[in-house]
Amino acid sequence: MPSPTHPIRSRGPSGVPARPTIRPAASRLSHRFAFRPPFWLRHALLALLLLGGIAAQAYTLEEFTFDSPEQQAEFRELIGKLRCLVCQNESLAGSQAELAQDLRNEVYRMMRAGQTQDEILDFLIARYGDFVLYEPPLKPSTYVLWFGPFVLIGIGAVFMVRALLRKKATPESDITDAERKRLQELLAADGGNTEKSS
Amino acid sequence: MIPELGHVALILALVIAVIQATFPLVGSLAGGSGNRNWMNMARPLAYGQFTLLLIAFACLTQAFLTSDFSVLYVASHSNTLLPTLYKVSAVWGGHEGSLLLWVLFMAAWGAAVAAFSRNLPLAVVSRVIAVQGMIAIGFLLFMLLTSNPFERLFPVPVEGRDLNPLLQDFGLAIHPPMLYMGYVGFSVAFAFAIAALIGGKLDAAWARWSRPWTTVAWVFLTIGIALGSWWAYYELGWGGWWFWDPVENASLMPWLVGTALIHSLAVTEKRGAFKSWTVLLAISAFSLSLLGTFLVRSGVLTSVHAFATDPERGLFILIFLCVVIGGSLALYAWRAPEVSEGGRFDLLSRESALLANNLLFVAFTVLVLFGTLAPLIYEAFNWGKISVGFPWFNQMFLALSPFLALLLGFGPAMRWKHDEPMRILRMLWLAFALSVVVLAVLALPMFGARTLWVPVGIALAAWLLFSHVAIVRERLKNKRGLAAWVADMRGSGRSFYGMVTAHVGVALFVVGVTMVSNFQMEEDVRMSPGDSYEMAGYRFQFLGAEKAPGPNYQADRGHFRVFRGDRQITELFPEKRAYLGGGMPMTEAAIDPGLFRDVYVSLGEPVGGGDWALRLYYKPFVRWIWLGSIFMALGGLLAVTDPRYRTGRVRARAPAHAAAARA
Repeated sequence: MPSPTHPIRSRGPSGVPARPTIRPAASRLSHRFAFRPPFWLRHALLALLLLGGIAAQAYTLEEFTFDSPEQQAEFRELIGKLRCLVCQNESLAGSQAELAQDLRNEVYRMMRAGQTQDEILDFLIARYGDFVLYEPPLKPSTYVLWFGPFVLIGIGAVFMVRALLRKKATPESDITDAERKRLQELLAADGGNTEKSS
Repeated sequence: MIPELGHVALILALVIAVIQATFPLVGSLAGGSGNRNWMNMARPLAYGQFTLLLIAFACLTQAFLTSDFSVLYVASHSNTLLPTLYKVSAVWGGHEGSLLLWVLFMAAWGAAVAAFSRNLPLAVVSRVIAVQGMIAIGFLLFMLLTSNPFERLFPVPVEGRDLNPLLQDFGLAIHPPMLYMGYVGFSVAFAFAIAALIGGKLDAAWARWSRPWTTVAWVFLTIGIALGSWWAYYELGWGGWWFWDPVENASLMPWLVGTALIHSLAVTEKRGAFKSWTVLLAISAFSLSLLGTFLVRSGVLTSVHAFATDPERGLFILIFLCVVIGGSLALYAWRAPEVSEGGRFDLLSRESALLANNLLFVAFTVLVLFGTLAPLIYEAFNWGKISVGFPWFNQMFLALSPFLALLLGFGPAMRWKHDEPMRILRMLWLAFALSVVVLAVLALPMFGARTLWVPVGIALAAWLLFSHVAIVRERLKNKRGLAAWVADMRGSGRSFYGMVTAHVGVALFVVGVTMVSNFQMEEDVRMSPGDSYEMAGYRFQFLGAEKAPGPNYQADRGHFRVFRGDRQITELFPEKRAYLGGGMPMTEAAIDPGLFRDVYVSLGEPVGGGDWALRLYYKPFVRWIWLGSIFMALGGLLAVTDPRYRTGRVRARAPAHAAAARA
């Protein structure tokens, strides 16, 4: 041991230090099918896929030790930013997939070798692409993703404001005689319904 | 024998659905006032449909209860050791059975419409039931051709495969029925909308008829989604309550559009405005329900290749979706332009506020739809693989939610058609000022809010609460206090108080989300028997784990004592279960629930020498998320009981208007 390794959180209050581990053993479902813990509505699909009597997947518990709580926090942050590459919707921190274990080990190794967070991220992006980031980066190819919905909402808002103004607009303003005539007809037909109906 | 009976019942139900979809509809379109004999068939057909599907469902249930493994579906989803409750819930634990539940519910809604709409014009009832018949044809054909739950298996296995352990849980036993009642309930709103389009009669009366049905469906969907969230929280063993999973998103989209719909229906009923927009929302809500069910079923959202795994089902689904959604949109495009948009209103009016509400809810729906499909879109266009999950959805929703909460405080205060800014200001200035005070106080450093989201979230919740108090006060202002309130609750004030209750539910929900997202704690620890670990002021003492056999599983049961200071507050027994039927081991988290915090322990894996890997959670205010949902649902129920939906035949208030719509 080069330096005294601190267990991650050694503040056991009762004097018995709890030995912490990074990888929780919270149960997750199989990643053999490359999907995430299934949710309620997926039960049918799940039942179809899983009930074939798949044996429980072997579980590897990793023990990561760190030089300092800061380093441990950094590691947690880092694996929270990364994505499990074979899961549906899970960060590297949450995944039990084998590939995720490997990747976590890799990140741990790089960190112990003294690389900074950015260096590690750059390396992983170079190797796996942006997909490895749980949160899509902001760059030209993801503009559609980040701004697309707002453009759609903006268009919707424009239509809404136009509808509101139309409702408010007085018939005298900038419409042709024919339109005015039609409008008056409509308003006449509509007259019976403007009272509050309850 | 009995499974065959069920099979025959299904086939007969299909026959009835065909008759139901044609005769009443044709009868309602016949010259003059229609063919009454044909229209009169609608109600008995709806009851018959329901009866037959009930028989089919009973047959399947019987096969499960008697563990009849000669039925393929039973053999793959049940087991002799399965507790009786889960034998029943296993009926809808798989693809075929859940489809049966779906059509059964749809027939139930149809029968309910037939029974409770004595006041509706016969032509409208006929068309509504006919439209439901059309949807039933699609579903029944799909079941009979590709997913027959009564298919036999030979040779008969001695033992079944067992129900997926994840589903062997009370929450999940009742969650799908609730969700389906919601999904299918929107078919009533859809059928009313299509019936109105067919008849060309889109008026306030139409909105009033479909409003209670839509609200009830919305209530079911709200409860269903909340149950799913609650289940995921305690059953998946990692403490989350919403994951932005495609499957969850699929149920959220109909809810969002449905929420927009119940608000838009209010405008259409009261003011005759937004008619074609409301119809479009009704069509969208049900289309998204269909899309959700089917896409989840077919797995296209989880895997792009799912259609290939069962091309027959996939193709059927595609065609069915195209016919239903495409057909209804085509009908809409054909008929909607003829609908006049009545009711002039000003910028500052309740109509405007509700329109803004609709815009926001549709925006949320667009976000969810976009985020769910974005990875598929990116892949299809070769823009590279991207990851759209938790971080993206959270940021996008956080960007829009404050606007919704802000608006929600103002909207109900506004009058229809026209309002004065000064009147609103007089009513709400105090509520607004108090909320700003809350914001300022919580932003003080001593409350330790690491982000601005905490004060903002709590202040918005406070704003919702205060503004609704002010709105209720305003309503009772010139009346005789409590007596006026009682009179209100007896009379047509119920929908008002329903609205207030639901909106207060939103406030509770916002508090829950804000608190649990910002102050929850989570620790992964390894403990030996006798170890203690302290977190968030609670001391967890691990006393070890022992084997505990269950009816159809073998469990390891951990034993914890939880202390607050020196006082023991509870004992927790989290379990890890290995089901005899195979599959992944399941975590049964142990939770000490509380109004202001949950303490949550989930057992991980044994790591040798009696040690266990464990996850400990402290979840402040997490219950408020579901409490808020319960308030929303209660609000909806209160609104539905409003006597005005039960008054006799709805007076045709706007004959001239209806004539214009028909023209």
